[in-house]
Amino acid sequence: MDIFLQQIINGLVLGSIYALVALGYTMVYGILGLINFAHGDIVMIGAMVALAIFHPLAASGIPAPVILLLALTASIAICVTLGMSIERIAYRPLRRAPRLAPLITAIGVSILIQYTAALIWGKQYISLPPLFKTTQLTIGGAHLTDLQAVIFLLACTVMGGLYWFVTRTRMGAAMRATEQNPDVAGLMGININFIISLTFVIGSGLAAVAGLMVVLYYGIGHYYMGFILGLKAFTAAVLGGIGNVTGAMLGGLLLGVIESLASGYIGDLTGGVFGSNYRDVFAFLVLVLVLIFRPSGLMGQPSAERA
Amino acid sequence: MITKHIAAGFGLALCIAVAACGKKEEAPAPKADAAKSAAAATVVKIGVASPLTGPQAHIGNDIKNGVQLAVEDLNAQGIVIGGNKIEFVLVAEDDEANPTKATTVAQKLADAKVAGVVGHFNSGASIPASKIYSDAGIPQISPSSTNPKYTQQGFKTTFRVVAHDDQQGPTLARFAVEKLGAKNIAVIDDSTAYGQGLADAFEKTAKSLGANVVAREHTTDKDTDFTAILTKIKGTKPDLIMFGGIDPQAGPMAKQMASLGISAKLIGGDGIQTPNFVKLAGDAAEGQMASMPGLPKEKMPGGEKFMEKYKAKFGQNVELFAPMGYDAVFVFVDSMKRAGSADPAKYLPEVGKTKLEGVIGPIEFDDKGDLKNGPITVYVVKDGTWAPLETVIPGGPPKVAAAPAEQPLGATDAGYK
Amino acid sequence: MSGLKNASLAARLFGYAALAVVLLVLPFVVEPLLGRAWVRIIDIALLFVLLALGLNIVVGFAGLLDLGYVAFFAVGAYLYALLASPHFGIHWPFFLLLPMGAALACLFGVLLGAPTLRLRGDYLAIVTLGFGEIIRIFLNNLNRPVNITNGPLGITLIEPIRFGDFSLSQQHTLAGLTFAPVHSYYYVFLACVVLAIVVSLRLEDSRIGRAWIAIREDEIAAKAMGIHTRNVKLLAFAMGASFGGVSGGLFAAFQGFVSPESFALLDSIMILCMVVLGGMGHVPGVVLGAILLTALPEALRYVGPLQQAWFGRVLIDPSDLRMLLFGLALVLMMLFRPAGLWPSRVRKREFAE
Repeated sequence: MDIFLQQIINGLVLGSIYALVALGYTMVYGILGLINFAHGDIVMIGAMVALAIFHPLAASGIPAPVILLLALTASIAICVTLGMSIERIAYRPLRRAPRLAPLITAIGVSILIQYTAALIWGKQYISLPPLFKTTQLTIGGAHLTDLQAVIFLLACTVMGGLYWFVTRTRMGAAMRATEQNPDVAGLMGININFIISLTFVIGSGLAAVAGLMVVLYYGIGHYYMGFILGLKAFTAAVLGGIGNVTGAMLGGLLLGVIESLASGYIGDLTGGVFGSNYRDVFAFLVLVLVLIFRPSGLMGQPSAERA
Repeated sequence: MITKHIAAGFGLALCIAVAACGKKEEAPAPKADAAKSAAAATVVKIGVASPLTGPQAHIGNDIKNGVQLAVEDLNAQGIVIGGNKIEFVLVAEDDEANPTKATTVAQKLADAKVAGVVGHFNSGASIPASKIYSDAGIPQISPSSTNPKYTQQGFKTTFRVVAHDDQQGPTLARFAVEKLGAKNIAVIDDSTAYGQGLADAFEKTAKSLGANVVAREHTTDKDTDFTAILTKIKGTKPDLIMFGGIDPQAGPMAKQMASLGISAKLIGGDGIQTPNFVKLAGDAAEGQMASMPGLPKEKMPGGEKFMEKYKAKFGQNVELFAPMGYDAVFVFVDSMKRAGSADPAKYLPEVGKTKLEGVIGPIEFDDKGDLKNGPITVYVVKDGTWAPLETVIPGGPPKVAAAPAEQPLGATDAGYK
Repeated sequence: MSGLKNASLAARLFGYAALAVVLLVLPFVVEPLLGRAWVRIIDIALLFVLLALGLNIVVGFAGLLDLGYVAFFAVGAYLYALLASPHFGIHWPFFLLLPMGAALACLFGVLLGAPTLRLRGDYLAIVTLGFGEIIRIFLNNLNRPVNITNGPLGITLIEPIRFGDFSLSQQHTLAGLTFAPVHSYYYVFLACVVLAIVVSLRLEDSRIGRAWIAIREDEIAAKAMGIHTRNVKLLAFAMGASFGGVSGGLFAAFQGFVSPESFALLDSIMILCMVVLGGMGHVPGVVLGAILLTALPEALRYVGPLQQAWFGRVLIDPSDLRMLLFGLALVLMMLFRPAGLWPSRVRKREFAE
């Protein structure tokens, strides 16, 4: 039983990172109908900026919380600027273009970010310098470090805050209105460009937080790390119902747990024919099944045809 | 609208111009390189093909750097072959670790008439490229491809200066079972040709020596989260975990083992025996083990010096395969010297007869072009650096040959229980 | 009027004839100018033209976004590799295997399409993406418990295309010209591409082609007009997949080696880029897109020596600069020509609105 509990905890921690990244995909998709392929790379930039702050400061004697705060601020600042610029330069002119054009642009932007990062930080894996010691907690026989707990709680807090923002504030209402119909929202006096920029700001800010978490948790940064993470997060967003904020959170956590349980139990369930090597197959399979039986994802409204 | 068109036209024109200029520049560029050197020297091109972009770029660049260092060292030495002073020139190509690109790049190197090729990094690139080198009669030495099939295609031009999986895996298993006394072993691989081959060979030998393989799990070479498989492994209570893979995975893996409260040690192959592993794993690196073909580096004349020279030149530690790339060039040049010619057709037969003391240890090839079984050294992380634990002679009886480590074996056992 | 028509017809015929001559002598012009590597690049470009044409049926004609197209390429390649190599000791001839590859890819296309085609555009995209990854993961892992695909090691020593004892992987001499494998394969690939272009063009003008376009433009209206949308969409998937299957078989024979790393998601994305960049739904545009996107990264490899010549040293690692320029090219082209480089007249008109 403690093994099962441990797998759930593993999945939730992994899932909370997926969820944070998935939010960025889902918000942009909700408003622009665009799969922002570059989002995973913004996470990467967040991670690399944090590492760039950690390395010179780790041995300087500045207390760890201060360094962390500094890194977080720098990551957010840079990611937000980057996210806004991408929207402004690469996506805004294409808002009325055929849907696939911005997709290609996004792929181009993604490549640009990756190789700019490679120029700045090189192509080696960058490790996290020792900043603090983690302590072990034990819950019902399962192990958990304080860092994992903090990551999970922080992710939940951030997502809760976002949920409150989207559902309870005027700005959030404007955002939802733009999502439903940008033209009418514009007629209602909402500054569409501002709202779209805001979406990118929030998404990129969340990406920065996720990047920092990845660095702290896995202790590793690399110019290419955004791609696979972005892919998983995007899957999570679709699983939850793309365009839906709650769905992205749920989808992220769910995908984390599914991956964990699949790795842990698929071998025993299939008598050793399939092993943990089929983990990703399992994740995609669940996705396909969900979509077949609930085509708009878990939390998405079964909406009418979207052109 | 008009400006748009102009801009579009400009963009296009730019691309075409770049492409066109590139084509024109192709021929003069090497000449410019050559012109710098003494006019009398004969230019011999050494090709290197490895992934310089993409997720494996750090390893590919490492190989390229190793080859570059060798070329510079040789030029500084002033090599004379067959009475001619030789100027070596590096031709580096990016194969993106992609089999299709690898063949294009191979053809490019063949077109450039390189005298020998160091490459490619992954077996998936080395194998399709090997046919082109074979057709062109250019010897190819892979610094890193471990797929046994690479040298089994019947080509006379394929060599490698890395122990293939069937050499390192069994030796490592023998060490694990007979020296460490491991009874229940969990095996993880990274689903790549290298990692899986190593893990399979390890598993087979470990089983034949009477150990239980309690779990066989898989991850990928892109993953960083291993908590799920490690949790499952924890439930099987292993006393050793073997990982077939490389350091970007092994580092986080060691960390996650610690945070899950797994006390078993991690052991791996040469893909883990790197400075980066120690950095990535942090405190969790302590006591983990990995093997590396060859004698301990301090015992090698060039070993330690190579590491320092590399760091001084490129400002970073050796990642993985730079020493192999370095040695591969010396294998070429050594063969050229013996043949008295840098012409591939003339010196190719000599490559197979190489007997060289390289950075990675003694280099000799068997009839297929594989590195002959040499000693393999197992290292352990002690106080944040890799320290040699003991050297195992493969094949023969599982005896410890001249254990270079001053510490008794008991030390390992202690860390182990 | 009819005279004018005849004149333009003659001009067109002349154009085609000139094009045919250029295509026929191309490898022998390219080789002395740019080296044999470029003949190989052209060969690979032709394979990608085939893939792009196949994907164009799905994305361009029927408007179904497929992000896992490389799976069909993989299916064709592995079928050829498994049945014409020492791996199982089976050595079937190519003229059996290529159609079989097409048929199997078709089957996979239907298998993928049947449950997923009622999904909306972007959901379809992610499901196809998942499908592509699933195929790759299976190919990578079907070496245990029973070894079928040989896992990450891939399959070596695949038979080349051969007619009896005449193997395309050997050097041949004909009328004073030396035909290296890259040359022989060029003509085989060219023939396949020409066939694919003809099929594509005929399809576009056929009843089915018009049905696809109707679905792309407005699915509900198409349904109302009596088009059996599900079957027609399935047909698009199957047809598109078959091109991929053939291309895969040719690829396996040409390379002599296949491994799962040739069939990554990035390859699917590249093929999609070719279609979109060239001009979705417009056959000449798609061909152009495929050639450009194969040749451009190769051409950009020369930026290293160029820097050496201009600045005296290499400022930016050429491999990085190549990728940066490639990314920039994608962005710029889309910003300034979002309908593609060579869009069809219909598309262009839509844009002018």
